[in-house]
Amino acid sequence: MMNSLILNAATRLLVALLLLFSIYMLLRGHNLPGGGFIGGLIGATGFVLYAIAHGCSATRAALRVEPQSIAMVGLGVALAAGVFAVFFGDALFTGQWLFLGATEDDYGLPLSSVLVFDIGVYLVVFGSILTIVLALEEEV
Amino acid sequence: MAEAAGEVPRAAGGPAGWISILIPAAIFVWLVQFVPAIASGEVILWAYDWVPSLDIRLSVILDGLSLTFALLISGIGALVTLYSARYLGNHPEYPRFVLYLMAFMFGMLGLVLADNLIALFVFWEVTTISSYLLIGFNSDEAKSRRSALQALLVTGTGGLALLAGIIMLGNVAGSFELSVILSQGDMIRAHPLYAPIVILFLAGAFTKSAQFPFHFWLPNAMAAPTPVSAYLHSATMVKAGVFLMARMNPAIGGTDLWFWTLTIAGGFTAVFASILAMRQTDIKQVLAYTTLMALGTLTLFIGAGTSDAIKAMMLFLVVHSLYKAALFLMIGIVDHATGTREAEVLRGLGRKMPVTAVAAVVAAVSMAGIPPLVGFIGKEFLYKAGLELDQGMFWVTGAAFAASALMFAVAGIVALRPFFGKLAETPKPAHEGPVMMLTGPLVLAGLSLYFGLFPDTIEAWLVAPGTWAVYGDPTVSVDLYLFREVNAAFILSLVTFATGAVIYAIHRPLRNWLGRVFEANPIKFDPGWDQVLDGLKALAAWQTRHLQSGVLQRYLFTVFATLGVAVGLTIWARDALAFDLDLSSELDGLLFKHWAVLIFVAAGSILTALTSSRMTAIVCLGVVGIGVALIFIMFSAPDVAITQLLVETLVVVLVAVAMLKLPHLDLPGRRDKRPWHGVLSIGVGVVSSAVLIAVMQGDIDRRLTDYFEITSWPEAYGRNIVNVILVDFRALDTFGEIAVVVVAALAAYALLRGTHYKKPVAAKEDEA
Repeated sequence: MMNSLILNAATRLLVALLLLFSIYMLLRGHNLPGGGFIGGLIGATGFVLYAIAHGCSATRAALRVEPQSIAMVGLGVALAAGVFAVFFGDALFTGQWLFLGATEDDYGLPLSSVLVFDIGVYLVVFGSILTIVLALEEEV
Repeated sequence: MAEAAGEVPRAAGGPAGWISILIPAAIFVWLVQFVPAIASGEVILWAYDWVPSLDIRLSVILDGLSLTFALLISGIGALVTLYSARYLGNHPEYPRFVLYLMAFMFGMLGLVLADNLIALFVFWEVTTISSYLLIGFNSDEAKSRRSALQALLVTGTGGLALLAGIIMLGNVAGSFELSVILSQGDMIRAHPLYAPIVILFLAGAFTKSAQFPFHFWLPNAMAAPTPVSAYLHSATMVKAGVFLMARMNPAIGGTDLWFWTLTIAGGFTAVFASILAMRQTDIKQVLAYTTLMALGTLTLFIGAGTSDAIKAMMLFLVVHSLYKAALFLMIGIVDHATGTREAEVLRGLGRKMPVTAVAAVVAAVSMAGIPPLVGFIGKEFLYKAGLELDQGMFWVTGAAFAASALMFAVAGIVALRPFFGKLAETPKPAHEGPVMMLTGPLVLAGLSLYFGLFPDTIEAWLVAPGTWAVYGDPTVSVDLYLFREVNAAFILSLVTFATGAVIYAIHRPLRNWLGRVFEANPIKFDPGWDQVLDGLKALAAWQTRHLQSGVLQRYLFTVFATLGVAVGLTIWARDALAFDLDLSSELDGLLFKHWAVLIFVAAGSILTALTSSRMTAIVCLGVVGIGVALIFIMFSAPDVAITQLLVETLVVVLVAVAMLKLPHLDLPGRRDKRPWHGVLSIGVGVVSSAVLIAVMQGDIDRRLTDYFEITSWPEAYGRNIVNVILVDFRALDTFGEIAVVVVAALAAYALLRGTHYKKPVAAKEDEA
């Protein structure tokens, strides 16, 4: 934890921006550079910055949930997204798609189990990194 | 244990008790309906595709052999569970016991009924694991735990051999279905892989059925509660190996290799076990060794392989199951009632325990092979088959004779002597056992008598169909009879009785003498087992000490040295360095931005290596990482570049935090190892560069790249191929990777936190 006024003030803005950006990266990932892995890394970076500025206990309070729980939930979400296909008679981890409001010329809003899987990846990366960083910082 | 079963029983173990009795009883009754069809020569097949892509089917074959086994497993299972409900019903862990026993029975039934070798193997392992749990049921005793582990390791090792054999046989025969394999015997026997297949199958069967030299685990398995011993030793566990040999006989039997391996191992086990049985005074241990003898005899006659020998084997299989289960249950009642199992102590129990005595005597007479019990018929047919062999006649008959004579004496020692004569003092005053425990021995003894008097029934129902299945020929006629004429086999029986009687008369001095002989014998299997295990542990400790030093630098050194040497050797051996590199033309192609990044990375690397401050080193390493990310961007791999950049950032943060804890680099008196590290770094760097250049020189196979480029959008609705591969095409791989990430995070967390908190005090749990 650093006692720097500038860092403290800047962090409040930066963390929000980084988190927003991480979700943006997650969602655009299927067609443009990005995805769950990168999104999770960016999101984690945001909270790492927060921990440097405000300390670990403040970060844990801001997270509200234990980071290792986030990682486990992410694993569960990814698994659920994979198993989902089985109910439609497809092999495990086959992508299932739904195009909301699709017309002849427009795909509409694409929703898929693949996106859910990527959200699981995001949560795993996010939770795992924070688990290690926070534990390490508290140790020192 | 018997001691735990108090004097006021809970109503037969509660619901667990009744359920455990009803399930095997229901299975038995259900199986009985198939007897007429099987007896008329039918073979019932039924299949369910389990893993069709791997040719694994859950298929059932119901023929004479599997039906005989299934009836024994479920029938004796019902009697044993009935017995256990009273014997263990008050044990606090009784429901757990029932669970293990049911799992075991399920495994055995699956094993004998399976028509697919892979399914057979899965059930085989189910019996291995559940018998481990059953043998170690009294888990608070070190002896139980050791015996259970011994059984698990011996039979588990054999199981692995069996799996290898199954895979080889499946490849040779082109199918894992037994009904297909069994008809291809001639082709399999002529195949070059025949000998390895036989050896691997026999390794599995011999360990499971405790054939010499793997016999030592079985007597130790007596640490299990008595009903378990009765079940494991009569119809199930140890017979699984015999079942396997009988089942595979049409496919891999009938050669010299098969004949001599089985007859020598079987015959030796039978005689050796009978002698060992004479040495014991604990009746349960004596019975354990007689089980070995029976298994040896069965192996011996499967090996002999003539139709008469198979017939005798099938008959003896049933005979032995009936009398052995009865005797084990009997000794449980005696132990329960008197508090001892010592053959020297127990005398004159017949007056106090008349019903037990009747069951015991009938079963023992069958074991001794005296008419009119079915045991006599069993022995007659063993002799008859042995005497008619062309090959190894003296060996097979001699082994059968010696084992039978010793069995005659043992039957007298364990089951007749304790019930006759003057009543002796026992730790507890003898009294008759409860009805639930007496049912089993009485029913089994009754069957031994019934089948002896009416051999046509067992012949038609079990022995004949079983022989057809094992011999692989449904035209063999089976004709059992109690007595027809005075022939060689009958005379040999009379000699057996005489010899057995003499052995019985001198059994005490013989036991003392055997005790001295075995004391003097330097080769002891059971302590030898301990030595093998100790050696294994010492080896594990030794390699852990040397490979797991706990110093990170050494681990990294090992990893990179292995990488450099292994890859370097491969390149050298494959002559992959034969590329021609035109350095000047390569360099001419570089633009200013390329040079800038190159210098950036090189400067970072050199500074990292030379600086004496960790902080500087880690920042310089970060510079290198960012330089690499720039290279990714220049060659249009934005995803990889972003990931690289983020990971670099986080690594710098992590290492900076960890660094506060690390000792200073230049501690006085510490030898500078950096020259060595430099040599290693340059070596690994040179090797990796060589690999990369070699790869670039060769033709790159673009088939996968093309496939993903073409299908990414139409099939997975994504334009970012990297991401589509990660979350769709190879999602299962990604799932495995993120699982690794989580496990790594949790492990790091546990390691970091483990230094903070003291471990919970184990003693508290024990007190509670």
